[in-house]
Amino acid sequence: MSTLLLGTVSPARRLRNRLATASIWLSVLVAAIPLAFVVTYLVRRGAGIVDWKFLTGDIPISSRLRGPGMGPAVLGTLLTTGAATAMAVPLGVLAAVYLNEYGKRGRLAGVIRFLSDVMAGVPSVVMGLFIYTVWVLRFGQTGFAGALALGCLMLPIVIRSAETALQLVPNELREASAALGARPSRTILTVVLPAALAGVVSGALLAVARAAGETAPLLFTIGTVTESNRHLFDGTNTSLSAQIFINARQPFEGAIDRAWGAALTLIVLVFVLTAVARLVARRFTVR
Amino acid sequence: MTITTAPPSPPARRPLTSPGRAGWSDRAFRGVSLGCGLLVLVILGLIAVSTTREAWPAFSHDGLRFFTSKRWAPSADVFGSLPFVYGTVVTAIIALVLAVPVSVGIALFLSDVAPRRLRRPVSSLVDLLAAIPSVVYGLWGVIVLAPWISGVYDRISDVTSPVPFVSTLFAGPSTGRGLFTAGIILALMVTPIITSITREVFDTVPVTAKEAAYALGATRWEMLRAAVFPHSRAGMTGAVMLGLGRAMGETIAAALVIGSSPQITAHLFRSGDSMAAVIANEFGESGGVHRAALIGLGVELFALTIVVNVVARTIIARGRRNG
Repeated sequence: MSTLLLGTVSPARRLRNRLATASIWLSVLVAAIPLAFVVTYLVRRGAGIVDWKFLTGDIPISSRLRGPGMGPAVLGTLLTTGAATAMAVPLGVLAAVYLNEYGKRGRLAGVIRFLSDVMAGVPSVVMGLFIYTVWVLRFGQTGFAGALALGCLMLPIVIRSAETALQLVPNELREASAALGARPSRTILTVVLPAALAGVVSGALLAVARAAGETAPLLFTIGTVTESNRHLFDGTNTSLSAQIFINARQPFEGAIDRAWGAALTLIVLVFVLTAVARLVARRFTVR
Repeated sequence: MTITTAPPSPPARRPLTSPGRAGWSDRAFRGVSLGCGLLVLVILGLIAVSTTREAWPAFSHDGLRFFTSKRWAPSADVFGSLPFVYGTVVTAIIALVLAVPVSVGIALFLSDVAPRRLRRPVSSLVDLLAAIPSVVYGLWGVIVLAPWISGVYDRISDVTSPVPFVSTLFAGPSTGRGLFTAGIILALMVTPIITSITREVFDTVPVTAKEAAYALGATRWEMLRAAVFPHSRAGMTGAVMLGLGRAMGETIAAALVIGSSPQITAHLFRSGDSMAAVIANEFGESGGVHRAALIGLGVELFALTIVVNVVARTIIARGRRNG
């Protein structure tokens, strides 16, 4: 539309329009360049390091040593993130059910909605300190303590994404269910939640991806180990993110290599989760 | 969808709406879901109470000086948090100065400028930026960016050395780790947040307003200035505030590249420290009052980010209602 009119536009205005358009294109480029650098470095430095032995082997006792081993961190990341998901997703979905099905536009629901947005902005390091003060001081550093901290981070993300998914469920379904004589709780459990499942799952997966990459909440809550610890409630643990942080601060080449390897592993994990989340969302919302 | 394919349930023997057990379970379900909602309030309250309690030894040890003193010397049992507040604010401002124009540019690109084919790839690019964990940015920052950028810093300080005020800001020498490097890394991390919220706001601009501007003969840039920006001012402010909150709380990447020296300096290329970074870096080796002081920094950070987030969310909510 504007191109038709440009013939009557003065050169100065046309120039200003060109400059503005060019800087808008430039801003996309400015964001793409560092991303490309980060990803290429990750692949270049990490690809030679990550193999089966790296993914399963123990972490060397001294960070001076070269050689593989991030097995305990892979296990720790899966364990803590899994436990956090098991806690945060059901609680978050139920909270979203309250907001969208019961509280609706009420004042209490408004307050909860507002505060869960605020809670999403609480720095992850503060969540770590919080779990340290209420849990670790009494029960010690365990994988479970880390899961609690990650769960606190995930909770507001799950709540808001699940609420959005519930909002998309057409009201006719609720009314039809009610007309058949179903109680509200039954309508929610057997009609509304299944209909919103795709949105809920994709939101939850995005929260999991976020939690899997978090480091700060784990530093004070899970400690560290060099051998795999399968026990969630017993003994210290470690994670990929924590190992990247620890090894990146070492001056030794072996440690830096392990950090790159762990970073590549972590990124692949996060990207797979993100991709699955988008797939789930796209696959099911179109219909 | 599952509902349509589900087998019809057998006709109920008793009416589903009968009082008694069924009514009780209904109320219980409502109660449980309300409880989960209230969990948010409980957790926020618990964070404030429990961290303040554990930080109390430091607050009572240093009194008001904890917030006003410039000296942080764990070995001498002196804990003043001001250098970290300074570093947190300065790095966050650098991050915003770098990230806001880029984010607004990308948001405009996605809402009004991009050819249809480019829209999805560019919005995936923003998602990718957001998906990379902070610690990975930190690793890249400390191993790749810092050594390279110290050369750039040196050149900038050479060029600007005759200019009175600017030469102080950009004075060398630099190791590459410092306030400005931390600002760059933080900018990468807040860009997706600011972009996604400003884009949401730009999408709510009425098409009629845009078309009216075009009909009056406006170029695209004039249309953006006349129709899009005035409509979006509140939402954009809120988005920037949210980015500020995120930048202030970002921990691991800053901990790796900020240089870790508790000083208040106007030299942006030299090392500093931020609240979140010092907590991550010193917590493991701390004990006694030192540990309490680190938790105290956490309390201060919590309070700051809560204020920033509440203001941001209020602005965004108000903008949404008016828009």
